[in-house]
Amino acid sequence: MPSNFNEFEKELREIDEFIEKMKAEARKETNPTALEAGQAKILDLEKTRDRYLEMMYDPENLGPWEKTLIARAPKRPYTLDYVTALCQDFTELQGDRNGFADNAIVGGPALFEGTPVMIIGHQKGRDIQSRQFRNFGMAKPEGYRKAIRLFEMAERFKMPVISFVDTPAADPGVESESRGISEAIAASIMKMFALTVPTVAVVIGEGGSGGAIGIAASSRVLMLEHSVYSVIPPEGCAAILWRKPEMGKQAAEALKISSASALEYGIIDEILPEPVGGAHRKPVEVYATVRDGISRHLAELKTMTPEQVKAERFSKFRQMGIFDEVSV
Amino acid sequence: MRWTFDEGSFEELDTELRSIDTLVFPEYAEKLTAAEEKTRMHDSIVSGRAKLDDMPVSVAVADFSFMGGSMGSVAGEKITRTLERAAQQRIPAIIFCASGGARMQEGILSLMQMAKTSAAVQLCREVGVPYICIFTDPTMAGVLASYASIADVIVAEPKSLVGFAGARVAKQAGVGKVPDDFQTAEFVFKHGMIDAIVPRKEMRSTLTSLVKTLGGHLFLSIGSVVKENIK
Repeated sequence: MPSNFNEFEKELREIDEFIEKMKAEARKETNPTALEAGQAKILDLEKTRDRYLEMMYDPENLGPWEKTLIARAPKRPYTLDYVTALCQDFTELQGDRNGFADNAIVGGPALFEGTPVMIIGHQKGRDIQSRQFRNFGMAKPEGYRKAIRLFEMAERFKMPVISFVDTPAADPGVESESRGISEAIAASIMKMFALTVPTVAVVIGEGGSGGAIGIAASSRVLMLEHSVYSVIPPEGCAAILWRKPEMGKQAAEALKISSASALEYGIIDEILPEPVGGAHRKPVEVYATVRDGISRHLAELKTMTPEQVKAERFSKFRQMGIFDEVSV
Repeated sequence: MRWTFDEGSFEELDTELRSIDTLVFPEYAEKLTAAEEKTRMHDSIVSGRAKLDDMPVSVAVADFSFMGGSMGSVAGEKITRTLERAAQQRIPAIIFCASGGARMQEGILSLMQMAKTSAAVQLCREVGVPYICIFTDPTMAGVLASYASIADVIVAEPKSLVGFAGARVAKQAGVGKVPDDFQTAEFVFKHGMIDAIVPRKEMRSTLTSLVKTLGGHLFLSIGSVVKENIK
């Protein structure tokens, strides 16, 4: 069982690297016959790679744990990648106006298809330095307090809110507890229910527990096919249930953290399909899919009055939960 | 419950709700049955109506002995109904917490109870009914990060465990050395996250004062009997 994304895609990467090497050699090749033979071999290898990719990403072979690894893929597009691809005139706003600035949640106004919107999203880093700067996408209280500030601004200026969800969890450290991480998350969720502007959330990677729902109590919730949404990280669940964090795979399966399950349980409105090989292999395709998804749902929400938007969001979340009612 | 509210005033509601094992989560069905047998309750929350000095209040009380007081679909529904009844009937809401957090065995459904219950708090705010929350030992994670932390007034029982990430999850996330009083009622009081630390024997009088003052505007309009009592 692969324990991280690098292990999951190890063989694939080896084929890719081999193809790259052959291509580099082909560029230096001057003998036409040898060049032709080399290129034929490259094509062959690429076909093999694609077949392997198809097999790896065959729904039959992608369980909740594999999806967890894909959702965490270091090259998977992050919030600011979507903002760059889908928006114009984005200005990042910072600070909770109470002494602190968070770098794991980013946000600010932008134009989406020509319409002003407010963007809020978790942001991860790609190299060691930026990962630390982004605190691995784990927001502190000031992140959620900034979100509240931006939600209020969106309401004042009648801007729909687009959230991008991608966090392993909220930051659990001493600083966060001291400044009230729980209150910050709860207040952010509650603020989202006070809004009369349309709100759309897209789970683009990891929908990690309270840290995720803190900015995702939206009129519409969409999920990329291989993203995950969970009440607790699988490793944390395994640590609690079996005292074995390494049993993440079993926990991911038990928790049913895939987009298909979220749709089945009425938690999300739509699954946005990913290309074979995941969002990180063909980001441009994914940007188009996400743009189309947000655009369709915003268009629908724009036909409602502000009061209807608010009431519909309330009733949507009011219905969440599955239980029995017996006669007593 | 007996110590806090007027004797014999509690009327339990929402007794028809039962948890189900939607995810077919390992051992959940067995744990539910065992908890029902042990506690003679149907889930971790008892909800209904009660009175404090004759003033009607909408109440919910959590029991830690039922699967760690965890919040799944049923607990979330009961908390939501408690807050909704308060909003609809214009009476204060009082909730006693005792919970390790969201119920993992109901997965994403449990996470959504955080949103559902927080929405119900917003409802109370919009109609102006006070909501008072009492943190007992422990009040953690998904419960703390939703309806518990956004009450109008929060009081905690002394030395209660109050925190976001449980010890095992925090360790897994790489949280290092922590202060001695970390995640206690005293710690969150010191950091301004709750209003007061109140021992159980003083809880009734504290809650009565809060309901009379914050809920005063509600009771002046609902009849002379209550008005009489508020004087």
